[in-house]
Amino acid sequence: MMTVASVFGLCAAALIGLGLFGLITHPQPLRKILAFNVIGSGVFLLFGAIAYRGAGAGMAADPVPQALLITGIVVAFSATALAVAVLLRLHEETGSASLTAEAADKRSGGGQDA
Amino acid sequence: MTEPGTLSLVCAVLLPFLGVLAGLALGGRNVRAVALITILAGLAVVFSIALTFVQSAQPLTYLLGGWAPPLGIALRADGLSVTMMLAVAVVVAGIAAYAWRDFAPPAGDAGKRAPFMYWLLLLAVWGSLNLVFLSGDLFTLYVALELLTFAGVPLVCLDGRGETLRAALRYLLFALAGSLLYLLGAVLLYGAHGTLDIALLAGLVSPGPIAWTAAALMTVGLLAKTALFPLHIWLPPAHAGAPAAGSAVLSALVIKGSWFLVVRLWFDVMPGVITFSAAQLLAALGALAIVVGSVVALRQERLKLLVAYSTIAQIGYLFLMFPLAFDAGGTALVHGAALDAGVLQAVSHATAKAGMFMAAGLIYASLGHDRIADLAGIARAMPVTVLAFAVAGLALMGVVPSGAYLAKKLLLAAADGSGQWWWTLVLQGGAAFTAGYMVLVLANVLRRPAAPVVLLKRASRLSETAALALAACSLLLALAALGPVPGDLISNPLAPKELLSTLAVVICGGLLAFGMSRRSLLAERADGGFARRAMVAAGAAFERLDEFARRWTSASILLLALAGLFGWLMVQGAAG
Repeated sequence: MMTVASVFGLCAAALIGLGLFGLITHPQPLRKILAFNVIGSGVFLLFGAIAYRGAGAGMAADPVPQALLITGIVVAFSATALAVAVLLRLHEETGSASLTAEAADKRSGGGQDA
Repeated sequence: MTEPGTLSLVCAVLLPFLGVLAGLALGGRNVRAVALITILAGLAVVFSIALTFVQSAQPLTYLLGGWAPPLGIALRADGLSVTMMLAVAVVVAGIAAYAWRDFAPPAGDAGKRAPFMYWLLLLAVWGSLNLVFLSGDLFTLYVALELLTFAGVPLVCLDGRGETLRAALRYLLFALAGSLLYLLGAVLLYGAHGTLDIALLAGLVSPGPIAWTAAALMTVGLLAKTALFPLHIWLPPAHAGAPAAGSAVLSALVIKGSWFLVVRLWFDVMPGVITFSAAQLLAALGALAIVVGSVVALRQERLKLLVAYSTIAQIGYLFLMFPLAFDAGGTALVHGAALDAGVLQAVSHATAKAGMFMAAGLIYASLGHDRIADLAGIARAMPVTVLAFAVAGLALMGVVPSGAYLAKKLLLAAADGSGQWWWTLVLQGGAAFTAGYMVLVLANVLRRPAAPVVLLKRASRLSETAALALAACSLLLALAALGPVPGDLISNPLAPKELLSTLAVVICGGLLAFGMSRRSLLAERADGGFARRAMVAAGAAFERLDEFARRWTSASILLLALAGLFGWLMVQGAAG
């Protein structure tokens, strides 16, 4: 018999796996940023499931992870904002949004100083 | 629980961030003065913490709001954190002196943003590092680590060129992947034990599937942020592209934050979970980093890239102490001589590498380029800068009486004591690799120039002095440690035995430099003999290995593979 907590735990694991796959395989930075957010959601969901289960302290439902979760979400949000800001500046400066100089050169005709 | 005098722990974290806020409020023209006041006040706070710590001779603890863990959060200062805080405060002050002229507030109103941002980011890096050194629970450490990354990334792209923005984005994305692995490990530990407080966890964690998974995930996550080979994908472009005052912060300070967390995790949270074989793997990565980083450094044509690759090699040194820090039975990591040596290495690298990047930056600013092959005659034109570079190099090589020398002695004794002869080889051979790229640079700098050297601008006296002072700090570090360390570990630097060993290291390094550098140092006879051709081929092979490891796909797969490998080694160690 599967408990609610383990269903959420398995979902969390699936999200982390999907996110890692995206982070490795997608060359575009924006997709990597999204993949980072998917992994983050997975970790937060896992934390929520742990809170629901009552963690190790034997409590019925543990409030501490929720406080930590909110902080974690704020940190992930700031990280995303910073990454998107850098990405926008990169696109403004070079006209491409690629992580490798060679790929950017190919797209812009190779003449530009990347 | 909370004794008087420990309030200064909060000040050490809060003060730099107050400086950031004050700088933001007061605007671009006053930000440098705000930074100066904050740094002076911060130095006073750190010294007072060190004094209190030495007097009370026990770790200082401050409970935020008077709440005790597991519900509350504690700040703790033990010997490790006090040492690192002192070193960081001194290096921050040195870097600030160096950057004083370069990042002067612009004259007009419509000035550039770079100076304004630089001082705020320097303070933010400092505050986050102090939080990393002081915080006593794994989640606060996660937040501190993220703050450190957020402060470090903009330093990479201060000048806003596309190339540096790309380097910053790569750095940010890879670091974020690392920190999520760390957070996942922390969450698993919370799920098993219901607390994240380091002192409480140390008593609860026992070898088992959860502890192994958490340890493996957190370790590789932190290694990605420290840029230990082969996870150094982001380091060379980021450190070489940033302005010199920024590179010095990134290379000397920022990577020490995540390294310190590995130390905390392995020594204080789960000393009994980490197995001997896992520590061997970690140090093997370190040894690989020394060889690959040094050889690729030899193959660079630009001075700042050479220094960036030498950072990769020096990061390797920081991980050599882990297998040497086990207790007699080889079952648990213990605080002892090996850990002292590791911290000493971190401090000596922080000071020397900051000095080295500063010197490289001065050369770049004065010449308008930093092509190693065209540096002839600089030694006469900029003697103090070149002296700073050379002194920093000697300190990194581990010449008496540098901190690296003392650390090497301590580690050699530990390797002898535990019969791990292979680390003796790495420790003795590593210096030759370091000597290699130093010889390469100095040979070019000391050459007679074809035409008189024209300097675009003179380096400021203050910057030159700051670079030299930090490099000298590193070279004289062993003298400062004379008190607590047995005196017989330090010998007279001019004794025949020491001179001979230094000479041997320099000759080996010279051979490497002559053999593997991209341009033959013997100028005209370009293709040379069979030996030179073989060594050039070997050098090129190392370069290809480095390029392969720095591709995004291979780096992220290596990240996961290493996590699996660490986990497997811990399972095996427990079964055997």
